[in-house]
Amino acid sequence: MDKAKITIDGQQIEVDDGSYVLEAAKSLGIEIPTLCYYPYMVPYAACRICCVEAHGAGGWSKIVTACNYPVWDGLEIFTDTPRVINARRTNLEMLMANCAPVPVLQRLAEQLGITEPRWKTGSNYTCILCGLCVRICDEVVGAHALAFINRGAKRDVSTPFQLDSESCILCGACAKHCPTGYIKMEEIENRYIVHQEMNLSPNAAITLPFRQAVPNVPQIVRENCIHFKTGGCMVCAKVCPKDCIEYGDRPNFEEVEVGAVVIATGFDSFDPTPMKQYGYGKYPNVISSEEFEVMNNAAGPTGGKIVMENGAEPRAIAILHCIGSRDHDYHKYCSRVCCMYSLKFSHLVKEKTSAEVYQLYIDMRSFGKGYEEFYSRILDEGVNVIRGKAAEVVPSGYRQHEEGHLIVRCEDTLIGKYREIPVDMVILSTALEARRDAKEFGRKFNISTGADGWFIEAHPKLAPVSTTTEGIFLAGACQGAKDIPDAVAQGGAAAAQAMKLMAQGEVMMDAAYAVIDEAFCSGCKMCNDMCPYTAISFDDAKKVSVVNSALCKGCGTCVAACPAGAIMARHFTDEQIYAQIEGILA
Amino acid sequence: MSFEPRIVGFLCNWCSYTGADLAGTARMKYAPNVMTVRVMCTGRVDPGFVLDSFRAGADGVLVCGCHFGDCHYVEGNHKCMRRIAITKRILKGMGIQPERLRLEWVSASEGARFQEVVNSFTEEIRGLGPIRLKEWAFVPEQVEAAAAAHGE
Repeated sequence: MDKAKITIDGQQIEVDDGSYVLEAAKSLGIEIPTLCYYPYMVPYAACRICCVEAHGAGGWSKIVTACNYPVWDGLEIFTDTPRVINARRTNLEMLMANCAPVPVLQRLAEQLGITEPRWKTGSNYTCILCGLCVRICDEVVGAHALAFINRGAKRDVSTPFQLDSESCILCGACAKHCPTGYIKMEEIENRYIVHQEMNLSPNAAITLPFRQAVPNVPQIVRENCIHFKTGGCMVCAKVCPKDCIEYGDRPNFEEVEVGAVVIATGFDSFDPTPMKQYGYGKYPNVISSEEFEVMNNAAGPTGGKIVMENGAEPRAIAILHCIGSRDHDYHKYCSRVCCMYSLKFSHLVKEKTSAEVYQLYIDMRSFGKGYEEFYSRILDEGVNVIRGKAAEVVPSGYRQHEEGHLIVRCEDTLIGKYREIPVDMVILSTALEARRDAKEFGRKFNISTGADGWFIEAHPKLAPVSTTTEGIFLAGACQGAKDIPDAVAQGGAAAAQAMKLMAQGEVMMDAAYAVIDEAFCSGCKMCNDMCPYTAISFDDAKKVSVVNSALCKGCGTCVAACPAGAIMARHFTDEQIYAQIEGILA
Repeated sequence: MSFEPRIVGFLCNWCSYTGADLAGTARMKYAPNVMTVRVMCTGRVDPGFVLDSFRAGADGVLVCGCHFGDCHYVEGNHKCMRRIAITKRILKGMGIQPERLRLEWVSASEGARFQEVVNSFTEEIRGLGPIRLKEWAFVPEQVEAAAAAHGE
């Protein structure tokens, strides 16, 4: 493309012929104020705040709008002359005459030295009719849901017939880019403090799969991406300086052959919504422990500050233990980690705020190395530790100044009294529970889940990391609720078990396995589906079923099922068992 | 002399046999009438074993396995449960009260439950009286009459 040499405020620059002045000025670092400019669209020059003075070769000069004035060789631009300032002032005053004093106009007026606009307006209409929303909806998003309506003084931006538009995909691009805040999205998500960080925003299309993901690379969520809804947008591809955006990328499946698998799928956090008495999801300042942890993250949405939904620091916080654990309606087991992390929470609250902290516990289980000492330290820090599970959380509001606060009702079992504790924030120490797809997942590896949903180890004492399937090992909280030291220890053990298999290079088999006598097998295939380990296959050439002795565990289910009596369970043969019966009853 | 029933117990290696072992190591006293045969899984319990036990003179047969979801072999206990249901119908046809066959789930940690199962089953068989295959075989009316006499 041809290049054009232009001068802006005395600085020379070479840019593509036909590009616009505003872009050239930007690349020189010269700021030109504008309200209706968006880099990925055809410029429209509606606000006319970006006007600059253009000088041509013949000595002529005129005021042009920088955003849509194409450059040509020898063009000279001045952005700061009295003539330019005067023009901008007039244009801004005209905008202000038709529009309520919104912050963005006020700020510009201050910059341009307007103390009192010449034309007054009583209007509380906040649109400056720049058309940015309409153009974004058409050119970038491609939804074509917005347009100008009416004419003259009644001109406005709206959806057709001013009704909810079916074309609108709720992307929010119009509201985000509206310079004056005229266009608003109806607020759907009001729990924004914490939840924003949990998935960046209610409908973020580019997000990290989860924090500290490996590789830590953002991905496009197709369901939320404007490009996959309308075919338009692609702003991310235009922005990315490294051309990393690949719209065609899809999840890949790769097959890897391995000799051992360590399952470390972790746990889910109990969702306290069904426990209506604690008002989770109903009162914004009742949050789960996971949300509190996010809030505490220095890189999180609040920068590590402990704040209520309104942004103020809480004066009193209650931490309720055993939410979903040790509860006959939910999980009967103890989640093991909650007591200690709740104590950690109170330490953090004491460190970062001056709030009172109340811990409501059933039993304080500080079982590990150094844990009891930590508990005593927390007590010394002045945390109020109350023995008694919270009965309910209710909003206070008998008196005006109490509004928005919460009351935790409980029985203090050590003094035998009913108590109502006024607090600003409630943290629910939620249980650890098995992943919701644990059962389905376990089936893929032929390992079973217990009544609580955790994966079952081969033996609680003698084989705590092995499973009933050879070569599959368990590590961490997928096998049962446990804290980090325990999970790390188990992970090491599981890795060692896997290494042992690899070092041996051969698999030790149990002597008890099933054998099919080909002479008797009728090929009915009844046993093939019977085997939980898929150890039996059908030999199409011989028309008999065959047991893979490496996969067989010797349970004998197929032996009992075989109508021909063709299968023998080694060490548990029919003859042996009949002989035992005979012997017992002799 | 009171009637001492002879009961054959098929115990799964992983749950009930270990549970019985636990009952033993915990010094729990239970009726000595159940004589156990260890199988790897209740899925191995062939209906033939049950019938053969009765043929050989057992007064009752107890099959114990893992609770659902706990089976060492994933689902052998489910298969056993279905086979036991069928076996009971066969027993009825043969003139043996189906109550003489019982299926129970006892986990490795339930020594006390094993004790309770054995005691209650022994008492039940004691109530049913000794098995009399020669008189009853293939005479359903007699079976029903006998069952009625025991309050079924």
